[in-house]
Amino acid sequence: MPRVTFISYNGNRHPVEIQEGLSLMRAAVDNNVPGIDGDCGGQCACATCHVYVDAAWRARTGNRTVMEEDMLNFAAATQDNSRLACQIVMTQALDGLVVSMPDGQH
Amino acid sequence: MLATAHTTSGATAREAAFAMPLDQIDVSDPTLFENDTVGHYFERLRRDDPVHQATSPLFGKYWSVTKYKDIMQVDTSHGIFSSDVVHGGIAIMEAPAQLRAPSFIAMDQPKHDEQRKTVSPIVAPGNLAAMESTIRTRTCKVLDSLPRNETFNWVDLVSIELTTQMLATLFDFPFEDRRLLTWWSDVATTVPGAGGGAPISTWEERQAELVKCLTYFTRLWNERVNAPPGHDLISMLAHSPATRNMAPSEFLGNLILLIVGGNDTTRNSMSGGLLALHQNPAQFAKLRANPALIDSLVPEIIRWQTPLAHMRRTALCDTELAGKQIKQGDKVVMWYLSGNRDPEAIDRPDEFIIDRARPRQHMAFGFGIHRCVGNRLAELQLKILWEEMLKRFPVIEVVGEPTRVRSPFVRGFTHLPVRIPG
Repeated sequence: MPRVTFISYNGNRHPVEIQEGLSLMRAAVDNNVPGIDGDCGGQCACATCHVYVDAAWRARTGNRTVMEEDMLNFAAATQDNSRLACQIVMTQALDGLVVSMPDGQH
Repeated sequence: MLATAHTTSGATAREAAFAMPLDQIDVSDPTLFENDTVGHYFERLRRDDPVHQATSPLFGKYWSVTKYKDIMQVDTSHGIFSSDVVHGGIAIMEAPAQLRAPSFIAMDQPKHDEQRKTVSPIVAPGNLAAMESTIRTRTCKVLDSLPRNETFNWVDLVSIELTTQMLATLFDFPFEDRRLLTWWSDVATTVPGAGGGAPISTWEERQAELVKCLTYFTRLWNERVNAPPGHDLISMLAHSPATRNMAPSEFLGNLILLIVGGNDTTRNSMSGGLLALHQNPAQFAKLRANPALIDSLVPEIIRWQTPLAHMRRTALCDTELAGKQIKQGDKVVMWYLSGNRDPEAIDRPDEFIIDRARPRQHMAFGFGIHRCVGNRLAELQLKILWEEMLKRFPVIEVVGEPTRVRSPFVRGFTHLPVRIPG
């Protein structure tokens, strides 16, 4: 299975194997990765799965949707490489992806 | 004894809710909130008519959306369901047109976004961390000053006091006058004409009190607009390009939003959490044995209480929702309280369980672009309160029935009799 590494705000690395078709948020929550809450269950409606996508991977993870843009607009510490993990669906092409989390998510 | 009485009347109330003809069910009736029987009507609607139209003598014709997934759909469809005050805003009760005050929660994009971003830094993670020690010091002081071996009103001495102190700090409001904030919050959320022991009874009385609020805050605004930018909400509003030229009615609208948002909500979760643990002694024992459960207790309290029972939208076009035809201009009420009891979304929703696997997946903060801006601060205040309570009080007794607010919007308490031995 393809693998994604989540890096917590404190620097801890959490490698997770993710089935293709599953969102990064779902996989993080199911594997108890701290810092990804997913309060809305993946509806792009709470911005509690905010991640920064490593520069090398930005083109391959695609663009934000309009709704995602709206929600990130209100998240703390949004950057150009901010995404919501519920909107990134795992594919084999994303094997090795690295994302990090902002301060303030649980 | 209290528990038995509660159960018996509860069973009768449930039978009444399930026997009532559907077309007579009006879940906005303030009485159903005052006597806490509205949950039975929501259970009935989720089963028999999840998107339900009714006509209220107080609020007119409106749709009730009662299931979690349908509420989520409405809350995330900003282009179809408007929050704008020109259509009536975000609550089932709407002021007469000439008394409506705009605020960013009652705006659509893009203006909503600009104004919300003006105030949101006050509850950003770094600022919350900076506030934590102040909150803890005050919480300790309030708890240490509580009477022992005598019955007192938890709502007044703890819930109102702590949330009002917090609000005074966020506004940098004169501390000795802070109960004015409580008063204006109560006035703003009272349903004129709903009866009961309300602080005001007409829209004119309400407006007269809120003008006093505007006058008071205008003085603070004038002081701060001429001073260097500060870190309080008034200074932030006075200096931001998005808000510094607001009309007085818009300033008042945003003040009410921030006062109610920071006051009525956490206040009632502070009271409701204690009541819930009292009514569920096994959960209370589990918490005392393992205070680390406070992390999952806090979101469960917020789900259980759902201190704002609903938010309202207005349809901007004809649309379909769960098979019902919603017409342009229809008033649509999302009952978060019902969504938070929906068994299709939440396991054993009618049980108060402090160690749920996914306690944060409730809808009490709403979803989408209007989701509660202060949710993390609310959680922090509750967390600190419970940490300090557990350290101090091995026994806290709720010694009588609570008195509930007579409103379909603010779901809360005016009185909760409590006694602490020792």
